[in-house]
Amino acid sequence: MAEGSGERAAAHYKRVDIVVALIFLAFGAIVAFDSWRLGAKWGDDGPQSGYFPFYIGLIICLSSIVNLLNGFAIRGERDKVFVKVGQLKLVLAVLLPTMVYVGCISWLGIYLASVFFVAFFMRWLGKYTWWKVVLLSVGNSLFFFVIFEFWFMIPLPKGPLESALGLG
Amino acid sequence: MDEIQSLMHGFAIALTLKNIAFMFVGVILGVIIGVLPGLGGANGVAILLPLTFSMAQVPGGTTTAIILLSSIYWGALFGGAITSILFNIPGEPWSVATTFDGYPLAQQGRAGAALTAAFTSSFVGALVAVIMITFLSPRVAKFALEFGPPEFFAVYLLTFCAFIGMSKEAPFKTLASMMLGFALAAVGTDPVTGTLRLTFGFTEALNGFDFLIAVIGLFGIGEILLTLEEGLAFQGTSAKINFKVVMETWRELPKYWLTSIRSAAVGCFMGIVPGGATPASFMSYGVAQRFSKDGEKFGTGVVEGVVAPETAAHAAGTSALLPMLTLGVPGSPTAAVLLGGLLVWGLQPGPLLFVEQKDFVWGLIASMYLGNIAGLIVVLTCVPLFAAILRIPFSVIAPVIMVICAIGAYTVHNSQFDIWMMMVFGVMGYLFKKLSYPLAPLVLAIVLGDRAEASFRQAMLVSEGDMSVFFSNALVGGMTGLALFLLCWRLLSAALAALRNRLRGS
Repeated sequence: MAEGSGERAAAHYKRVDIVVALIFLAFGAIVAFDSWRLGAKWGDDGPQSGYFPFYIGLIICLSSIVNLLNGFAIRGERDKVFVKVGQLKLVLAVLLPTMVYVGCISWLGIYLASVFFVAFFMRWLGKYTWWKVVLLSVGNSLFFFVIFEFWFMIPLPKGPLESALGLG
Repeated sequence: MDEIQSLMHGFAIALTLKNIAFMFVGVILGVIIGVLPGLGGANGVAILLPLTFSMAQVPGGTTTAIILLSSIYWGALFGGAITSILFNIPGEPWSVATTFDGYPLAQQGRAGAALTAAFTSSFVGALVAVIMITFLSPRVAKFALEFGPPEFFAVYLLTFCAFIGMSKEAPFKTLASMMLGFALAAVGTDPVTGTLRLTFGFTEALNGFDFLIAVIGLFGIGEILLTLEEGLAFQGTSAKINFKVVMETWRELPKYWLTSIRSAAVGCFMGIVPGGATPASFMSYGVAQRFSKDGEKFGTGVVEGVVAPETAAHAAGTSALLPMLTLGVPGSPTAAVLLGGLLVWGLQPGPLLFVEQKDFVWGLIASMYLGNIAGLIVVLTCVPLFAAILRIPFSVIAPVIMVICAIGAYTVHNSQFDIWMMMVFGVMGYLFKKLSYPLAPLVLAIVLGDRAEASFRQAMLVSEGDMSVFFSNALVGGMTGLALFLLCWRLLSAALAALRNRLRGS
């Protein structure tokens, strides 16, 4: 990955640090707010349901404010590169297909989706020849099929292919 | 010598053909898991946990199940050393210190010696820790039988404050990450009153977040995304290990007996404290460097520099099971997953385990001795095989690991929503790791959140809302005091340092 464009910074540490601290702050606020709605006071029979989570939310808010201040205080060379363009591309090249894969599981079943997923990776990133791609991706799913459906008797999500073959 | 007798009884339970077979299967799986990027002890055990549901149904099956899972843990601990030494990639955080001298040794062509030293000292460290568990845990359990809700809450408090006091990450990031875990644990039904909390009308949130999903996502998917940044291929040296090298190294190792003892002691002590394995390995490396007469050669490839961190890391990794068994408070994410296993099989971890489930406890302790022997044999004989796994191109291994993680996440509750949750946790794990938000306290908080809250509220009910119950006697007061000291000391010093920087900066 020595190409010039890949070495550029896609994001700096400071900005990501601040964004994550803000997300924490929002999350803490939601937790505290919803717990307050439930009742975070001291009832007749001890602490109410929201008592514990309310203070949890409060501590999240307080500590993320400190983290936020620390994030803003990052200056100069301490603001390292968070992720380079080339690195981010690689991460997204795996993350996005995996999202699609997870989405496909519900209508293709996990086995068929896995065949496509592994095949896609081997062909696209690994540049393998087709027979190797087919052999490994189908073999992988068959292997898991035998292990889970027959050996451990744990049914995994199945789709139209399995029902067409009379296995689902 | 009740312990010896109980231990012998344990060996009788553990030494069946079936259990030994599962022990070897577990160790081999564990080493593979430890070697593969994206799979480590914690998420490896988490993925395989659902497979033991049916195994634990038969009489004595829980012992077999825990032997399988704990053997995976031992295997993963051994496997971490392989990647550190041959590929300069620490498989687990506590293997980082092993790379300092292990990788230079491998580059000098002494990979065999480094590996033998690492495996042997891991074994020694684990052995010392298991002996400690054998004799100490019945006493701790007996002591803890007297604990009421305030004492248990004090133990939880101490556990979590120790994370903040001892972790090298920024304390407020540790705090934020830990509290996030508590908040996630609170989602769903309130364990005391049954009220729905923080569900915001989503039916998927009714049962709360399962920490197994979090572990698979945070450590599995997150780790793969991190590994990807380094590119698609691993550069490593080749491993040759033969009988002669092993014998030569074993002749050399007794020279470092003092280092071994020191490291094992550091490891055992730090392992009981949560999150201790990683600091233990660094600390023990530092101590060895200071006291060794070859101190200045550390870092250039000396065997002693491999012995010290490996002994400590394994001792710590093993002794992390002591608080898990005796108090129900795990000391590491993997111990937390094992604890989750106990709950799933219908066992209640804690002091009563030593009274009600004697067979299970002593079978497990006996299997720790056997599992580590099995582990040593497996890694010494099969290193080249395991190193070959890391040579499989990432474009093949990455999707397969993703598929394994997805299956693992699905099988926890047979829910496809959990696979999505796993992805969310995966992205979270990637971001947190890069921003140095520690993951271990997050996971432990999800596991212990409900019980910490329940013990707090029970204590409050008993005392009618009087906080002084946490200082009502020497034991609980001591624990609470120590916890608050660890917490305040670290938070205050961090806040002061930040303030000083600000003042100087402006």
